[in-house]
Amino acid sequence: MSIDHDQVAKIAELARLKLEPSQMDQYAENLSSILDLADQLQAADTDGIEPLANPLDAEQRLRADKVTETNQREHLQKNAPSTEAGLFLVPKVIE
Amino acid sequence: MQWETVIGLEIHVQLATESKIFSGASTKFGAEPNTQACALDLGLPGVLPVVNEKAIELGVRFGLAIDAEIGMKSAFDRKNYFYPDLPKGYQTTQMDYPIVGVGHMDIELEDGSTKRIGVTRAHLEEDAGKSLHEDFDGQSGIDLNRAGTPLLEIVSEPDIRSAKEAVAYVKKIHSLIQYLDVSDGNMAEGSMRVDCNVSIRPKGQEEFGTRTEIKNVNSFKFIEKAINTEIERQIDLIEDGGTVVQETRLYDSAKDETRSMRSKEVANDYRYFPCPDLLPIIIEQSFVDEIKASLPELPDQKRDRFQQEMGLSHYDASVLSASRDLANYFEVVATEAKDAKLAANWVMGELSKFLNQSDLEISASPVSAEQLAGMLIRLKDDTISSKGAKTVLEAMWEGEGSADEVIEKKGLKQVTDSGAIESIVDEVISNCPAQVEQYTSSEPDKRGKMVGFFVGQVMKASKGTANPGQVNQVLKKKLDALC
Repeated sequence: MSIDHDQVAKIAELARLKLEPSQMDQYAENLSSILDLADQLQAADTDGIEPLANPLDAEQRLRADKVTETNQREHLQKNAPSTEAGLFLVPKVIE
Repeated sequence: MQWETVIGLEIHVQLATESKIFSGASTKFGAEPNTQACALDLGLPGVLPVVNEKAIELGVRFGLAIDAEIGMKSAFDRKNYFYPDLPKGYQTTQMDYPIVGVGHMDIELEDGSTKRIGVTRAHLEEDAGKSLHEDFDGQSGIDLNRAGTPLLEIVSEPDIRSAKEAVAYVKKIHSLIQYLDVSDGNMAEGSMRVDCNVSIRPKGQEEFGTRTEIKNVNSFKFIEKAINTEIERQIDLIEDGGTVVQETRLYDSAKDETRSMRSKEVANDYRYFPCPDLLPIIIEQSFVDEIKASLPELPDQKRDRFQQEMGLSHYDASVLSASRDLANYFEVVATEAKDAKLAANWVMGELSKFLNQSDLEISASPVSAEQLAGMLIRLKDDTISSKGAKTVLEAMWEGEGSADEVIEKKGLKQVTDSGAIESIVDEVISNCPAQVEQYTSSEPDKRGKMVGFFVGQVMKASKGTANPGQVNQVLKKKLDALC
């Protein structure tokens, strides 16, 4: 299965990746070969096999419903490029 | 052309947990921005989610109450999209293995009939943060306190055929989650938010029309308005030769219109995949059994019991069982006053009128159930008239104490002593010679109506404390003796 440049561009947009036109061919080729591998897997007979949600043969441990975290705002906002009134500031997003 | 509306709803319910679904940060409403957002909620590198057991329990609780299949094995997936209030770049949710499978909910239609609405599934997921768009010089402010708050998304089948049915269904779910303590159901704080999928098709057509989704409607009134507005828009569009585009829309309550949210369309490819950070959740049957044993009496069961054991009408029983607080209040009044019908009348009548006027919930009523029952006991034993009862309720509402205290203070004790009543009647008769003359000279069949005047005078003279039934009798006897 092969992926064309338009599909590469769309996937890149969904992933918020900026690709140069010169990179398109290589990405198209790499992604196509990943899909080829998926095709190979698809060909395996999986009748009667329960779909796998996780490759580990284990189950999730649960935690009790307790508040264990304290307010670390000052510490956690040290890395933020911009904050005000306790809020993280980001470029304007509006619907 | 005759159109039929098809509606399916997705209801997001905030679960009543102390801490978040994957972290130990608090979920309490109204905290300072970002003081309840820990490293995990912020999506910082190196963190691992651990599932909150209570979220699983509440999901199962809801599932059992709608008679649904329980996902004994459920799993989390990632729904990928970029938005600043979702710092990880994906929402952790359940796609293929939800905690709750197929169930149903019965709603009552206006004509009194019952309709079953299918519930496709209900799954656990995390809420996103909040974006604030004002006052930041062209920037948006992000508060991530809500990020990671556990939600149960309840997805209905497209079984709903009108805005009214949609509201009935949402109200029923709202009532149920509060009964179950699955959520506080506080709509003003966003504890329940509804996405409405709406389409129309020519009546009789099997195939569905193209649907639009109205996002995040958060009041019963707006659900009805948003759906009706959207139905009208779709009909106009199609009848003018256009076609409905599948898209997400926002309801603007100020303009009473829906409008397209174009920005979300581009990203409408969520590329779900199993969350590698979380293992499957396996539930033991004993866990389910324990929850089942702890379920409270549910609204429909309560309604049936009110009808069958307490002799209420279907309507009264439905109204009183719709909210757990109202039902509990009513039951205390009915039990203490030993009269269910009387209790129902006063709770749904005068008390509700007062509550509505002050825009209060029953839980905030200044008159307690015990107080109201105390008043009804005095009404039943004829200590007060029903007019006096209203005065007592009003005074109790104003915080003037128990029924007996108010009756005493305001002198509302009904006069049932026949001697006392007779002397007031005699006084009224001697004070109104003209009316007595009119009475005695009338045809006997006209006199009945004229007694009303004298009753009014007697009640006035007794400051409303005379028993009206007795007054009536005594008056008739005395007046007729004069004829």
